Amino acid sequence: MIRVDDIHKSFGKVKAVRGVSFEAPDGKITGLLGPNGAGKSTTMRVLYTVLRPDEGRATIDGIDVVTDSLGARRRIGALPHGAGLYPQLTARENIVYFAKLCGVDKAEIDDRVDDIVRLLEITDFADRRTKGFSHGQRTKVALARALVHDPRNVILDEPTSGLDVMATRSLRELILKLKDGGRCVLFSSHIMQEVAALCDDICIIAHGKVAIDDSIEGIRRRTGCEDMEDAFVKAIQMVAPPA
Amino acid sequence: MNTTFTVFLKEVLDNFRDRRTLMSALIMGPIFGPVLFSFVINLSIERSLENAEKTLELPVIGAEHAPNVIDFMRSRNIDTVAGPADLAAAMEAVKEGTHDVVLVIPEAFGDQLGDMTPALLKIVSDQANRDADRDARRVRSAVREYGQLLSGLRVVARGVNPQALQAIAIDEVDVSTPSGRSAILLGMMSYFFIFAALMGGMYLAIDTTAGERERGSLEPLLSLPVTRSQLIYGKIAATCLFMTLSMLLSLLAFYFVLDFMPLEQLGMTPNFGLPVVFGALLLFLPFILLGGALMTLVASFTKSYREAQTWLSVVLIAPTLPILIVSILMLRPRIEFMLIPSLSQHLLLVDMVKNEPLNPVHIAISVVSTLIIGIVLTWLCARLYRREGLLG
Repeated sequence: MIRVDDIHKSFGKVKAVRGVSFEAPDGKITGLLGPNGAGKSTTMRVLYTVLRPDEGRATIDGIDVVTDSLGARRRIGALPHGAGLYPQLTARENIVYFAKLCGVDKAEIDDRVDDIVRLLEITDFADRRTKGFSHGQRTKVALARALVHDPRNVILDEPTSGLDVMATRSLRELILKLKDGGRCVLFSSHIMQEVAALCDDICIIAHGKVAIDDSIEGIRRRTGCEDMEDAFVKAIQMVAPPA
Repeated sequence: MNTTFTVFLKEVLDNFRDRRTLMSALIMGPIFGPVLFSFVINLSIERSLENAEKTLELPVIGAEHAPNVIDFMRSRNIDTVAGPADLAAAMEAVKEGTHDVVLVIPEAFGDQLGDMTPALLKIVSDQANRDADRDARRVRSAVREYGQLLSGLRVVARGVNPQALQAIAIDEVDVSTPSGRSAILLGMMSYFFIFAALMGGMYLAIDTTAGERERGSLEPLLSLPVTRSQLIYGKIAATCLFMTLSMLLSLLAFYFVLDFMPLEQLGMTPNFGLPVVFGALLLFLPFILLGGALMTLVASFTKSYREAQTWLSVVLIAPTLPILIVSILMLRPRIEFMLIPSLSQHLLLVDMVKNEPLNPVHIAISVVSTLIIGIVLTWLCARLYRREGLLG
């Protein structure tokens, strides 16, 4: 369960996030949708604690990301945007490294890694060094790395960007599996169709503010648009850009 | 602790597989010093042996005015050849480097000798050119010798003992030992060791900061349930391991290379056995922590791999400065020098090579002060690693 309560974050003069609030409950997929530069990544970076909010509060399973950032990190698996691997290590070694750092029990590591490797269809290239991997292969390994310790809350920053149809589809299946397992999944995208196909709730943000936070039906109703893309555009226009 | 060790192991494995790191840590750093060193030493030995034996060809203007001078020169292994047309041409030739030295014998030379007025000879040379000046010195001393010979003959002709002209005799007693003499030359070794150590850790220091960021692996790493201090300590530890390996290889390379150097011909027997190799390694360990932390610190300020490389090449030079200043000013080891990292290790190493007993107080000050600075720098790295701007 992720709760974001009126967070603000500026970088120098640029106000990246100007009061974002939403809730991502367990057992549901929450989509963070917005155009490029809307503040999606900044919001997520606050959640996986690499950034501190200037104002407001965010909690993971009730744990404050600022006051107990280590505790919050224990409860998440995060895939930052454009996450890189260690090119000299094999895919498996990359995953094992993260499993160890996440404190996965030594006796369990091998089984866990085998499971996630199978689940994400990494087996064919699991023991190759990741140098020279395709974008899709890299994303899969990065995702496996983020999920190997079986986190309660999963934060995925534009996981599908650059993936082909097959990879996108298997990623979608994985996200649904996480939902069925009662996990809280928060994932961001700038593609409306993708979010609409997967999410239970969608939080549309633009210019660092929340435009609409509702179910797909709710968004259709409030924007008066049947077509999701039109609804998205209309929602974005509801937020005035910062002065 | 466990986490730090996991990070350490991963960095070691990662970098052992990286060709660039291996090249600089295990080949470039350790080999560069001994190779350069043996090249320089062999060259200087050859030069000094060559110069003493070689016949010097001396261009002379007006040789016909003083055949006796020419004969004397020949007895001193200096052959005379016809020089440029006149003094102006000689000066031009020396300036341009066509000749190193030209002897000019004026027409009046013979008359002046006969009149017992000081007979004038001109030696044209460029005293700023050290290499050419060596030849000029030989000519000068030959001329001076000839002058003394003539003076001696003159006083003998007047019934005076020629020894009366030599009021004082000097007998120089040189107390330097063969190992002591070698210290001057081998003193520059310590820089090679420092260089090797820094080279060995350089790519790790970049990789763990700017490299991780550029690769995009820093952000996932920081989102894990570990503290940033645990991460940075593991990384610095891995950097230090590579630095230590690199320095050890460099020391061993010197140990083997010194055997093949004709140092005895220069009157040097450096004390550089295995005990000194390992003693030096122990002595430099605190410096390795300092260097690793310093490089990590500098690299963490940079935005990219390239920028980090640029700045770290400055760090590679920095430790030479105190060594250079003290060598140029020829200062003796003092207690306050032991407070300065790189310099204190250098001075202690020189003493070891000279086979002189080490002052335990000096060792203690060197170890403690360098360690303290190293720990402070490590702590600073951890502080910087915690700041938000780390992600750039």
